[in-house]
Amino acid sequence: MEKVLMKGNEALAEGAIRAGCRAYFGYPITPSSEIAEYMARKYPKIGGVFLQAESELAAINMVYGAASTGARVMTASSGPGISLKQEGISFIAEAELPCVIVNISRGGPGLGGIQPAQSDYFQATRGGGHGDYHTMVLAPASVQDMMDFAMEGFELADKYRIPVMIMAEGTLGQMMEPIILRDPVTPGYEKPWATTGCKGRKPNVITTLHLPPEELEQRNRYLKSKYDLIKAREKRAETFMTEDAKLVLVAFGLMSRVAKRAVMEVRKRGIKAGLIRPITLWPFPDEHIVEAAENGAKLFLSLEINMGQMVEDIKLALNGRSRVEFYGRIGIIPNPEEIVGVVMQIAEREGL
Amino acid sequence: MKVVAKRPESLYDKKFHYCPGCTHGIIHRVIAECIDEMGLREKTIGVCPVGCGVLAYEYFNFDMLEAAHGRAPAIATGIKRMLPENFVFTYQGDGDLASIGMAEIVHASARGENITVIFINNTIYGMTGGQMAPTTLIGQVTTTSPYGRKPELAGYPVRMAELLATNEGSAYICRTSVHNPANVNKTKKAIKKAIQTQLEGKGFSMVEILSTCPTNWGMSPLKALERVEKEMIPYFPLGEFKVKE
Repeated sequence: MEKVLMKGNEALAEGAIRAGCRAYFGYPITPSSEIAEYMARKYPKIGGVFLQAESELAAINMVYGAASTGARVMTASSGPGISLKQEGISFIAEAELPCVIVNISRGGPGLGGIQPAQSDYFQATRGGGHGDYHTMVLAPASVQDMMDFAMEGFELADKYRIPVMIMAEGTLGQMMEPIILRDPVTPGYEKPWATTGCKGRKPNVITTLHLPPEELEQRNRYLKSKYDLIKAREKRAETFMTEDAKLVLVAFGLMSRVAKRAVMEVRKRGIKAGLIRPITLWPFPDEHIVEAAENGAKLFLSLEINMGQMVEDIKLALNGRSRVEFYGRIGIIPNPEEIVGVVMQIAEREGL
Repeated sequence: MKVVAKRPESLYDKKFHYCPGCTHGIIHRVIAECIDEMGLREKTIGVCPVGCGVLAYEYFNFDMLEAAHGRAPAIATGIKRMLPENFVFTYQGDGDLASIGMAEIVHASARGENITVIFINNTIYGMTGGQMAPTTLIGQVTTTSPYGRKPELAGYPVRMAELLATNEGSAYICRTSVHNPANVNKTKKAIKKAIQTQLEGKGFSMVEILSTCPTNWGMSPLKALERVEKEMIPYFPLGEFKVKE
């Protein structure tokens, strides 16, 4: 199949279009703006809605409105902008409106910087806003993933009526790689709940208000049952050489590619290392972690472009079964040699 | 026997939760009558605010959404952009529209967003128990201006109709009142004009309606209606502020 050279942000935007997304509402922020710019160029030609909102708050609420009509809709931003959107994401999760929210992430806290980081891991995987809820979180590792996950994101969003977040480091948004363009799909989900005018049916109401305590509890129990179902069905991870690994590296996104190279290098030096790359950050692929531990991994090394946020999830998965260590940078993606050095040091210390 | 008055189809046969003497009920009914008379019930999508009107979807017999505080114009924008043939309106109070939602309303108007806004101005936060609003009059006692609103501390009440009328994107901006039957009728006419503005695709339309809050004003319903005429109208003059031809 013929490949084309595309920038990560544009591949993601094109993926959304190929998934049938015809509405985009966003606010400019580096390093995500190319997604908005791509939509601004494309939508007038193919009959989509592009609107530059006055704020991140307005953008996410426009997504709320557009998703309520049953349309596939997307917004994208980066750390500080995603924080501003959290009010709306909480409402969208409760109202069960399918949509895709993209975080082309940068380093925080505060204004931070525009260099690549994974420091929004907690925000993305713990819901992010107020109340008991989750979004599904997909972590692409290549420009091809940017396109594929955008398409998959819309399927998951419609299937479970849940906001799906795609979280990629700024570098992945900015870099170019050759990719295969996927065939466009026609969205096939019935949306009888959509507010489109009540012709021929009883009026639909989309609300997140549940004043009676029984109703509120019932609503939260229902959402939990949906999250449990997603946890049972949708945990995704890529494993590499974990079958006989004594030391397992855990890394997602771009970092996983660096980790993979490091694993190949230390294997040459006789170290039984492997890699688990979480693809869904929520639900976290804890079963893959447990399986590696059961296969004999005595140490897990979490590699992150933050100060160790994923360590908690690996520890929760292991529940004391094996030890977890951490190595991370921020604003800088370490090269494979740096990781090889870290792994060799551990291997020597542990006698692996 | 001949039917001379009946409940509009756009309103459910349900008791309002509003306090005695509150004018939300009158305004709900007027909106419902307009939508019925213009044959729009089946293509209407309404967006409720946070505030006393939060449960308006319990009363209106057409598709409705509930918005986060102040965000109704952004949600209505998302809906209208996807469904330009539908009639889309928001129902918002003064805290919702003129305070926390100031950015959303100003930009919806500036964009000439083809939506209709029904703005209930009763100079106070009703649902949260009577706090100062951006529209609270100078000297007005509220729970957060217990000695009366002082301009040196809390500035001046904002006139939304006048403010939004300056935006090129505003096509119809009007302020009315519902303190007596004559003004209820004028309000109905204004709402119809606002709806017509949207149907003709002219741009943003808003009817600001001076309303009462007897409970939080600490007044009888009758005194509250008198206050609208004597204190509110002098500061918030009635009339059309923008009519785009």
